[in-house]
Amino acid sequence: MLHAAWLIPALPLLGFVVLLLAGRRLGDPAAGWLATLMVAGAFVTTLVVFSGLLGRGGDNRLFVQDLFTWIPAGGLQVKTGFLVDPLSVTMALFVTGVGTLIHLYSIGYMHGDDGYHRFFVYLNLFIFSMLMLVLSSSFLGTFLGWEGVGACSYFLISFWFERPAAPSAGKKAFVTNRVGDFGFMLGMFLIFTTFGSLQYTDVLGHAGTLTHATAMAIALLLFLGAAGKSAQLPLYVWLPDAMEGPTPVSALIHAATMVTAGVFLMVRINPILAEAGGVATLIAVVGAATALFAATIACAQDDIKKVLAYSTISQLGYMFLAVGSGAYVAAIFHMITHAFFKALLFLGAGSVIHGMHDEQDMKRMGGLRTWMPITSVTFIVAWLAIAGIPPFSGFWSKDDILANAWDKSPILWLVGVVTAGLTAYYMSRQVFLVFFGKERWKESAHARSEPEAEAEPEHEPAAAAGGGDLAAAVGGRDVAAASHGDHREFTPHESPPTMTLPLVVLAALAAVGGALSLPFGSFRPLETWLEPVVGDRLHKLSLSGSTQVAYALGTVVLALVGIAIAYLIYLGHRVREESVEPKVLRRAWYVDPLYAAVIERPGRLLASWSAFFLDAKVIDGAVNGVASLVRGGGTRLRAVQSGYVRNYALAVASGAVLLVGYVVVRGGG
Amino acid sequence: MTVPGAWYLTLAAVLFTIGAVGLLVRRNVLVMFMCVELMLNAVNLTFVTYARMLDDIGGQSVVFFVLVVAAAEVVVGLGIIVSIFRRRTDATADDASLLRG
Repeated sequence: MLHAAWLIPALPLLGFVVLLLAGRRLGDPAAGWLATLMVAGAFVTTLVVFSGLLGRGGDNRLFVQDLFTWIPAGGLQVKTGFLVDPLSVTMALFVTGVGTLIHLYSIGYMHGDDGYHRFFVYLNLFIFSMLMLVLSSSFLGTFLGWEGVGACSYFLISFWFERPAAPSAGKKAFVTNRVGDFGFMLGMFLIFTTFGSLQYTDVLGHAGTLTHATAMAIALLLFLGAAGKSAQLPLYVWLPDAMEGPTPVSALIHAATMVTAGVFLMVRINPILAEAGGVATLIAVVGAATALFAATIACAQDDIKKVLAYSTISQLGYMFLAVGSGAYVAAIFHMITHAFFKALLFLGAGSVIHGMHDEQDMKRMGGLRTWMPITSVTFIVAWLAIAGIPPFSGFWSKDDILANAWDKSPILWLVGVVTAGLTAYYMSRQVFLVFFGKERWKESAHARSEPEAEAEPEHEPAAAAGGGDLAAAVGGRDVAAASHGDHREFTPHESPPTMTLPLVVLAALAAVGGALSLPFGSFRPLETWLEPVVGDRLHKLSLSGSTQVAYALGTVVLALVGIAIAYLIYLGHRVREESVEPKVLRRAWYVDPLYAAVIERPGRLLASWSAFFLDAKVIDGAVNGVASLVRGGGTRLRAVQSGYVRNYALAVASGAVLLVGYVVVRGGG
Repeated sequence: MTVPGAWYLTLAAVLFTIGAVGLLVRRNVLVMFMCVELMLNAVNLTFVTYARMLDDIGGQSVVFFVLVVAAAEVVVGLGIIVSIFRRRTDATADDASLLRG
């Protein structure tokens, strides 16, 4: 059964090829159903492989399927193949599982969009690349998938390329990721020069032979790659902007799967990390700092998707904190539960945006509970999960990480706990603003400023009828109000079943996902399952069970306090909302302007110096200089060419005399 | 009695000098041409003399090459001169300075 492993990425690849060739003809919704079917097929295949792996003994759960030698170049032999072990199968399971649900959701969400089939082409290519990333048997194969998901991320962020913000957000993601990718590549080069191979089985089995310095260099370089892909400090800036893409993309790529690739890579190279000493501490510190930093920003964002974006960065920080603390299982555990509840949050947000006719500002929502019952109930489940309220999944995974962080350093634990409180606060703020309170969209309906936000069927005819579509897009709210006057009278509506079904399934998973690893006794299936991958490098908790429960209770109380504060501010109106949303947080600590000043400005100066001095003066100067040298020399030398034969004859004679004189003098000496 | 080789060489040097000076100082194209021939044959004389003195056939065979080349040169050179004179009656070498840079 394990030999079916190649089918897992092959099915989405087939879907990609078919959609690329015939997607336009299949159209809406057949193209979407085909794409969904392919990913669902990959999921079923993964289940088959998973059961095959379960059938093997605990210490025999490693299967390498090499298809062919990809690069046979002297000492560099890279095989295209698949490494089937508990880690890769776990990743493949939730990538294809969550991927299927999000494909299904997209059928409804993207309905009526001009780029319908194009969307699914990219989405299937993304799933293929992601599966190559997790399943490949070599670093180079993983890197292929790594670049593939990066490219798909770029395509999908820029999906609505007619909006100016989308392509520039795509470019930002691409360029920022390039910084990380260069670390990954250098890391690979170093691995190859050290081990002479890029196959995981060759490298990870011999990690013990590494010197400390080499191990540190490899780990640091690969961590740079991971920090870029997984949006950690200081390379996180692309992720909030990536929200320009369609919401299912944000759910799939920028919450559940692609951004966790960095965590996956770190867990994959855990034998190298074990040799690298201080790097683990660095990873933990970066993770904790990112978690807290992003959580503070999330407290003051108005865009429903921006809040979730910063929340994702924050939760990824938790995962790196876990990796740095040696709690690899906790990192994977949180990755899985996070995939459930964050995908659910994004899809719920997409459903809200859909139902609110492309409104993304939470300050213009409110009271949607009664209008969108399924969306609001599932969103609330996800909210409780991310806020860390037992027995929802987020509580168990977050608590697992915090307990391990305590062993690493109480300071890291404290940062994690504060972040947990902030998480509960900003998520409650979002839920209260969107689903509870006054129905602010009724009074703000006439002041909508972005009628062109996301292409959507009910909206399109009205926009066309209004006739001032373009003017509304550029002219601001007055024009918009004038040309769309009749469109104001809308009511939010619940989304179609293709969209609500994934919400319900994900809500169920987000609620019970914690069962994968409970801190009671010996029932920790995820840890037993991943044991062959992490072995004895896994950090053993020093806390006793009862202490851990006490700490966990403290975290829960803090989460409840966070929820209560959000309730008092955003539902009780005890404090003015503006006073708890300082400008520095609304502007995300001014990091973008800072990067613009520190990196972009010198870059621009260098570019203009190169263009207007280096190129114009030095390069062009050298070329022009050679030309004028030749011209000047020619002007002077033309006098020699007098046209008189006697002059030439004299020159020949003098030359001959000189030659003879030379021979005579030399001959005499 | 035999004439010493040095006399031949001296004669050749005198002939060569006459030719060279003539080439430099005269303006008449035909005369300049004859001067060139004079120089070539002075060299030929040298070659033959040395061939005789050193008892080496190589010098005599070079003379054949020079003669052949000189004959070819005379054909081309006289052709050019004739075509120049066809256009203008009293042309000197200095009048044909169209290739001045």
